[in-house]
Amino acid sequence: MSTSTIHDIGYRHYDGPRSGRAYVLRSLYVHNLRAAFGLGRPARAKIMPFLLAAIMLLPAAGSVAVFAFTDQEDALIPYASYANIMQVIVAIFLATQAPVLASREVRFHVIPLYFSRPVGHLDFVLAKSAALATALFALMAVPVTLLYVGGLVAKAPDPGKQVLEYLGGLVGCVLFALVLAAIGMVIAAFTPRRGFGVAAVIAVYMLSTTIVGIVQGIAEERTNFTLQGWAGLGAPFNLVDIVQVRLLGAESSSVGIAPGVTGGVVALALCVAIVLGSIAVLYRRFRKAGLS
Amino acid sequence: MNPTIAMITFRAMLGRKRALLLLGLPLLLLVLSVILRATGNNDLDLSAHVLQNFGLATLLPLLALIAGTGVIAPEIDDGQIMYVLTKPIPREVIVVTKLVVAIVLVTIFAVVPTLLAGLVLVGTTAQVTPAFTIGILVGGITYSAVFVALGVLSRNAVTIGLLYALVWETLLGSFAPGAKSASVQQWSLSVADALTDASMVTSTVGLPVAVTLLVVVALAATFLATFRLRSLPVASAE
Repeated sequence: MSTSTIHDIGYRHYDGPRSGRAYVLRSLYVHNLRAAFGLGRPARAKIMPFLLAAIMLLPAAGSVAVFAFTDQEDALIPYASYANIMQVIVAIFLATQAPVLASREVRFHVIPLYFSRPVGHLDFVLAKSAALATALFALMAVPVTLLYVGGLVAKAPDPGKQVLEYLGGLVGCVLFALVLAAIGMVIAAFTPRRGFGVAAVIAVYMLSTTIVGIVQGIAEERTNFTLQGWAGLGAPFNLVDIVQVRLLGAESSSVGIAPGVTGGVVALALCVAIVLGSIAVLYRRFRKAGLS
Repeated sequence: MNPTIAMITFRAMLGRKRALLLLGLPLLLLVLSVILRATGNNDLDLSAHVLQNFGLATLLPLLALIAGTGVIAPEIDDGQIMYVLTKPIPREVIVVTKLVVAIVLVTIFAVVPTLLAGLVLVGTTAQVTPAFTIGILVGGITYSAVFVALGVLSRNAVTIGLLYALVWETLLGSFAPGAKSASVQQWSLSVADALTDASMVTSTVGLPVAVTLLVVVALAATFLATFRLRSLPVASAE
């Protein structure tokens, strides 16, 4: 008489090859990157990201066209200041797309479904943050590349300097993307209600920019340019611009730039702290999300 | 006005941690005002500048956007609006109730804080504080009506609202004077301008035009929202 046959209905364990952690990470990254532009979702979700991306391209295209016709070098927008000049559009893109990546799964309580599979908590957070950062980088780097290529085609003078400035601009874009994605993801992860995530992200951007602007205005009136420079650390775009100007040798496009290499190093340290802090906060947030 | 709808909407807007987000924004304005006063940076020009840039140009559109779209857009999105629409309540009553809730929220979280900030900064010198309070109140009513209508009309209401408030009013306004004149911000500034003697506060739009436009836009937006709510296409939540 055999035992234990009554419960064995023939299920078998999976013994085949497993795709592993890198595969999980890559799949999540690609899925989230597509989601950031509304790909794989209805047309309604695609309108806004692509509209904003198109708006981002307009000034670059216009600038190249003006340069091609007039041959005046200052018609070309400096690569490093492009993201700063278009910061409103970048901020709106961040505000609309960060909740798409960070809020939706929290809102519908499906995070535990991810973690019931072999998906690490940290991998999940890293893939999401990297996807948003990549989307933001693409948003900013494509117009900058257009400027560079346009300048090249229209024979902008001093190609060696242009290459260096272009590469510096791209590094700046990477930094912009990382810092903005970090800020946006954290805020969106804590405001799951529809519409509130967008409002919260844009509120943080607008309020920090406005307050820093007021403080810088007062400091300028009192000719306290040191305070004016350091106040720039409080607004995300100004913060990254300080790094660009002080460490990457770009021209300033913000009102206040913290003085000296010290200013640049402090700003860079703050950027790193924001990115690492955001990963830590998101890790804690998603680990518990949806279990209650 | 339907008290039940109003109550449910208030609860949706202020429930759980959302009230904190709404409260945080005006609190920053108050903190900034107290700091500016404590450091002696509260002369008339600067105070008018703070009230205009922070209160009128940042806090007001932001809160009107959150309140205006927040009272109706999430309900349409997840289909809950059907429970309201299938009751024998006229559509205009629904829209007006939602609008009143939005205006009350804007009043609590934008108008009153501006009044307090103004009192902290300059008191009632040159009527700057009451002028901005009334300017923000009338602007808040029109903004709320526009954003409620936007919430009914489009699924991307918040983004469109942001594009209007940030790109149209701020960015284009600094390049093209025409765009500047066609903005709720300038119209409310015009109202504030007419009520104060401070020369700092100037608007590109005359008072009669501004008031007319404020009223017309608010009414048109409310009618549009009502009209659109009559035949609302119901789609499943994404």
